[in-house]
Amino acid sequence: MTRVLAIMMGAAFILLLATLTLVVMPYLQMSAEAVPPGLKPYTQQELMGRQTYIANGCMYCHSQQPRDPSFASGDRDRGWGRPSVPGDYANDWPHLMGTMRTGPDLFNIGARQPSEDWHLIHLYNPQAVMKGSIMPPYRFLFRHVEKAGPNDKVVNMPPPYGPGSGQLIVTEEGMALVAYLLSLDHTYPAPTLPQAKIDEE
Amino acid sequence: MTPTIALLLIITFLLSTVGLLVLIWSISTNQFSNSQNAARTIFTPGEEGHSEDPAREDTSAYKGDSKAAKEAFTARRVQDQSSKPAVLIWLSSAVFWLLIGSFYGLLASIKMHYPEFMADSQWWTFGRIRPMHLNAVVYGWSSMAGIGAVLFLVPRLFKTPLRGTPYAVTGAIIWNIGVILGLGAINFGLSDGQEWLEFPWQVDFLFVLGGALCAVPLLLTCARRTVEHLYVSSWYFLAALVWFPFLFFIANVPKVFPGATGATVNWWFAHNVLGLWVTPLGIGIAYYIIPKILGRPIISYKLSLIGFWSLALFYSQVGIHHLIGGPIPTWLVTLSIVHSVMMSIPVITVAINHHGTMWGSFGRIKESPTLRFVWIGALMYTATSLQGSLMALRSVNVITHFTHYTIAHAHLGMYAFLSFILFGAIYFIMPRLTDREWPWRRMISLHFWLVAIGILIYFVSLTTAGWLQGLALLDAKTPFLEIVQMTIPYLQARSLGGGLMVAGHIVFVVHFIFMLSRRGAMTQGPTLFRVRTKEISQ
Ligand code: HEC
Ligand code: HEM
Ligand code: HEM
Repeated sequence: MTRVLAIMMGAAFILLLATLTLVVMPYLQMSAEAVPPGLKPYTQQELMGRQTYIANGCMYCHSQQPRDPSFASGDRDRGWGRPSVPGDYANDWPHLMGTMRTGPDLFNIGARQPSEDWHLIHLYNPQAVMKGSIMPPYRFLFRHVEKAGPNDKVVNMPPPYGPGSGQLIVTEEGMALVAYLLSLDHTYPAPTLPQAKIDEE
Repeated sequence: MTPTIALLLIITFLLSTVGLLVLIWSISTNQFSNSQNAARTIFTPGEEGHSEDPAREDTSAYKGDSKAAKEAFTARRVQDQSSKPAVLIWLSSAVFWLLIGSFYGLLASIKMHYPEFMADSQWWTFGRIRPMHLNAVVYGWSSMAGIGAVLFLVPRLFKTPLRGTPYAVTGAIIWNIGVILGLGAINFGLSDGQEWLEFPWQVDFLFVLGGALCAVPLLLTCARRTVEHLYVSSWYFLAALVWFPFLFFIANVPKVFPGATGATVNWWFAHNVLGLWVTPLGIGIAYYIIPKILGRPIISYKLSLIGFWSLALFYSQVGIHHLIGGPIPTWLVTLSIVHSVMMSIPVITVAINHHGTMWGSFGRIKESPTLRFVWIGALMYTATSLQGSLMALRSVNVITHFTHYTIAHAHLGMYAFLSFILFGAIYFIMPRLTDREWPWRRMISLHFWLVAIGILIYFVSLTTAGWLQGLALLDAKTPFLEIVQMTIPYLQARSLGGGLMVAGHIVFVVHFIFMLSRRGAMTQGPTLFRVRTKEISQ
């Protein structure tokens, strides 16, 4: 049995070492990192929108982590914003950094596209504002009614993308999602992390 | 980089290297008393030189030519039968999840170039189908088929019947409930929101329980083992058994790791699921099946142990190469890149052993379905890993990160490496459990060609798309929408490749069901006997 134990202990020890370097040390360092004073906490509605973002998997196509221009200048040149720092994510449970850019980075979409109506039209049918987009439509975040009530938010889709007759109103979830998107504005100043140059590796 | 951090970086690196040197020393001076003899433990006495392949015609399978050899052979049949209920339930569930998972994969793929496809309801929206695909194939198919194969191999490796089979059966039931609830939760929009960790943590508890129940028979059997040497496959299996629960537990503890730290834990976990869970299962299976079918021990047992320990040392630290360029301290990223490059050591040792053992016998893949799937899988392990080491370099990653190139690499690893080995293992195991041969060799052949051509189209199209996409993204002069449009033909090609793969899976599953229900062409013969009909895959 001793050899079996040796293998299992050895394996556990190595993983422990890795946990120390990849989990504990970063945790200690990054939780000591200053939170930029310009970072605003999410409102209740924005948090609900964030949940809608997660539930419908926006992060599988959109990242939220502009890279340093000295490393990848395209991120800045496309207007995606300054490089993000750990402090920017202090309110994020869970993080939504993403690993795909099938669509653009959204870390500063609230600053880049502040129009609520644009977002609603785009979510109902991306083709209406971006002909040829492959972003899926999110029509289930909207309701098609005969006549909108006094508190309903009405969306005026440009023809031919509207539902035809009646009116289009936004569900609570849809409003929350847009509120979350508009809250994605990290244009306040923050100290950048020192970046490695490409040719270092 | 601050001096203290640089110091820490150097220390961990030195520690890994020293650890590796100590291991090389201990192995080369036989501290573990693992000589080349250990490589022979997988053969029954006198079996070496004989192929153990259910689908071979030209030589009759070895049943023992002396009394002792015959007894050893009979003992192995008993060992095979001892694991039957447990293995069958794990493998059948895995095959079921393969079908479900790849169906979701195809759906997600079609949606990426045809966004209006089934877009009206939230149940079928891309952002839910895609994580359902990933979780079904990772936790349903890959993990369950891997555990099934391990449960089959463990009695053989330890040369004693499996003890505690009911634990493993119960484990499978609980695990299945976990996958069903987890996929349901994602479909209902209750995902935890981190890639590879989408299952709500309340459901994750079931996986810990199911996995732990599986560990019981493994440890019980291990305690009763009658072998002197532990064959290298058992090293990988034992280690994976320690690693997975540990990883899964830490990564799923809710509400401990905020924001950016959460991202490091997320990717530390995700890559360890690949590196310390599915990879050891895949390599361990190949380490058993390749020599067994060739009837020849692996060429260097010592090398295999160096490969094992260096995999443990380096793979456990590569996770942060998923966040290169992200808002993470540079030392951390650099640490993972260094270890990613160091990974070429275990990869090359494993490659020498797998392909070196095959050397001179490559013709055998023409006749043996098992060997064809397993060896191509092993070859793709080498390819994926070397590609991965390159992708971890900053200069390459700056292009490939965030693009379809990563998806192509992911399928080269999870499909062309891991799934191929699992297919081969299932072709090997099933005849030994059910005491009959696969009904139709042509179906095996069809399965092979459909999935091989499918994954080739998949990989080539997405690799090209990803590279072009990556280059274009770096240059802000190309409008974003133009890049999106440029990738569409490649995404359509992926759907074509994926369609072929799904067709292959349907063929495989139908064949599997016929095998289980004992229908179809009956080519009789006890498990280890060679069959009499022509069962050669062309
Ligand atoms: C299949 C991938 C995919 C998914 C899933 C997806 N998007 Fe998109 N998204 C895109 C693409 C491609 C674009 C660029 C073309 C366009 O603007 O429609 C885009 C653009 C956007 C834009 C405009 C960005 C800009 O810079 O103008 C916003 C905002 C957006 N998406 C939000 C979302 C939200 C919110 C979700 C989840 C409900 C989501 N996306 C899900 C692919 C996707
Ligand atoms: C030496 C070995 C390997 C190295 C260094 C390596 C490296 C990498 C790198 C750098 C990425 C890209 C991360 C990004 O840019 O987002 C990646 C992604 C990936 N790799 Fe590997 N790889 C290796 C082996 C493997 C193997 C054997 C498998 C399969 C079993 C595998 C499966 C994956 C998957 C699934 C992803 C995608 C993860 C995701 O984004 O969800 N890799 N790998
Ligand atoms: C049968 C054909 C298959 C098709 C058509 C398919 C398709 C897809 C698609 C469309 C994605 C999403 C990519 C994106 O978000 O851009 C994906 C992701 C993934 N698939 Fe598959 N898949 C198939 C089979 C498999 C199998 C069998 C496995 C594993 C054993 C697998 C493992 C994965 C993994 C790990 C990811 C996540 C990759 C990442 O995040 O980088 N796939 N697949």
